[in-house]
Amino acid sequence: MPLTCPTASGGSRSIRNLKPLQFIVCALLVVGSLGQVNAQSDSTILFDSAMNALAPVTSLLAADHKYDNGERIDLSWIPSIDDQPVNGKITGYGVYRLTNAGNPALIADLPSGSSTFSDDNVEPGSDYSYYIVARSAYESAVSVRTAPLSPQREWLNLNRGFLFLIAALISAAVIYFVQSAKRGKKLFVRKISGLEAIDDAVGRATEMGRPVLFIPGIHDMDDVQTLAALTILGRVSRTIADYDTKIFMPVARSLVMTAARETIKASYQAAGRPDAYSDDMVSYVTDEQFGYVAAVDGLMVREKPATVFLLGSFFAESLILAETGNSVGAIQIAGTARPAQLPFFIAACDFTLIGEELFAASAYLAGEPRQLGSLKGQDVGKAVAMVVIVVGALAATLGEAWDISFMQNIYHWLSSVFSSN
Amino acid sequence: MRRLIPLAITFVVGTVLIVSVFTPPLENIERTFTLFFDIIAVFAFFLGGGNLLRVHISKLRRRKQDWGFSVVTIVGFLGMLMIGLFKLGGSGNIAAPVDETGSLFYIIFDAVLVPLQSTMYSLLAFFVASASYRAFRAKNREATLLLIAAFVILLGRTPFGTMVSGWIPEWLSIAQIPNLAIWIMNSPNLAGQRAILIGIGLGVISMSLRLILGIERSYLGDDNA
Repeated sequence: MPLTCPTASGGSRSIRNLKPLQFIVCALLVVGSLGQVNAQSDSTILFDSAMNALAPVTSLLAADHKYDNGERIDLSWIPSIDDQPVNGKITGYGVYRLTNAGNPALIADLPSGSSTFSDDNVEPGSDYSYYIVARSAYESAVSVRTAPLSPQREWLNLNRGFLFLIAALISAAVIYFVQSAKRGKKLFVRKISGLEAIDDAVGRATEMGRPVLFIPGIHDMDDVQTLAALTILGRVSRTIADYDTKIFMPVARSLVMTAARETIKASYQAAGRPDAYSDDMVSYVTDEQFGYVAAVDGLMVREKPATVFLLGSFFAESLILAETGNSVGAIQIAGTARPAQLPFFIAACDFTLIGEELFAASAYLAGEPRQLGSLKGQDVGKAVAMVVIVVGALAATLGEAWDISFMQNIYHWLSSVFSSN
Repeated sequence: MRRLIPLAITFVVGTVLIVSVFTPPLENIERTFTLFFDIIAVFAFFLGGGNLLRVHISKLRRRKQDWGFSVVTIVGFLGMLMIGLFKLGGSGNIAAPVDETGSLFYIIFDAVLVPLQSTMYSLLAFFVASASYRAFRAKNREATLLLIAAFVILLGRTPFGTMVSGWIPEWLSIAQIPNLAIWIMNSPNLAGQRAILIGIGLGVISMSLRLILGIERSYLGDDNA
């Protein structure tokens, strides 16, 4: 059988037909390819028109992704030397995987310039090895195959160790203050004017003989803002029941409707007026964002509520609702944990619960020691945040200005701790 | 018992989800719970849809104010429901997606709902103008600061800002209006937003603990928290 050298067309050419230079290149590549053991078994050494073989990627490494469920292997390599931003020959890379030493399968096509890939379609207990095929318009070059690797399942994500410690510290502080409050310790909670105004706002509606409109945002019960809104609804509807005022609550989610009805019903029962409750107080409108806005705006214009509560998760509809409420002369108490919507509420409403105040509202209104204790626990978290911000800002500034490596290390350490995932 | 079961579910699910953040084998459980929630929400939709019909049929029967809108709502709701359920006007393939291009559902969505959404959204421009007018009145020191900051940012985002402050020398480039606008957005504004976000994060932790530990129960209709 004659010795051959493969060509770009997929065929081969006898070495007898090669020119001396072509013969040398072919011989060198064949010898070089012997070191690339099995990976080359299905490879083809090809030549471009200039007779320069395409260089494969080098230093291919496969590593088990740390602290996962054994579902990912990370690959990294040094791109082919032919992979250049200008006049580079590489058009892309093919990532091939062999599962339990089986047949290779193409699992990803990557653009030129790529040097990493994460295979997240693996499972513990199987062995995986990989190789990369560098491709140009006419040829391809295969890398060395990695040693078989089995991804490992870890039970603890130590990357989140500091996050765990911080969460544990804040949680412990909350529980400590809750217990302290239960033992009768007096706790100071600053005045929140938006919440102080609730009784007055409901009283105003009673005096004017107009209804109260409660809008719990447009998200479902899986949003903590909606839950916060419903906890406030419990307190507000109790006042409404006491004052015998009307309440309307159009909602954008069916689950919120059922939960809100339960909340209001319980408040009316607690006020000793269960007969005054009606399911019609809460009505489902639509899940559609602007359809909901149209319906609520229409309700505002027709019913002219004296008081509007806008509490929960809001998006572009926040200002449309708040401005319509303003136009009908309602006193408006708003609150959301979406920073982008806060300026709109501040501009258009009488009182705005900013971020954490929305979550504190229920505890504040209840005035119950255990709930107030949980608010004090938050202060520990704020103290931690303040210390970290001051130390981090100082470390970054001093480290950069005077090139103090100790300070830079502190800054980098804080960055890594608070940005780990 | 009526309160105990929801509280127990809240405690178990809340605890498992917290543990899952730090335990890789449980990391995907959040998706499973989200799926459970979606399934429950789908069933709850029957309650919502039923309520919608009940409210508007009642309004229609009693000829309440603006009952004509109720007719539109009922016809729109039932019409879209039928068109979507029976996949009218599409390829005729019952397995095709409900919003298949060319289907009646798709046409109505595209020709009616999308323009209506855009109309509502575009109202925002007018509301921004009226709210800005009130917010930017220099009633006090804070409002004056707000007015100045807003003015700088508005100017900084237009070629006019570059034109009027282009003469400022390079060593004082921070005083050029576009740079000043960038600084306001990147420094005081971002710092304020981050402060709010930190507060929100802590508030969520505190509220979640109250819910998980059963201290906060008013969302269950229990006012005796």
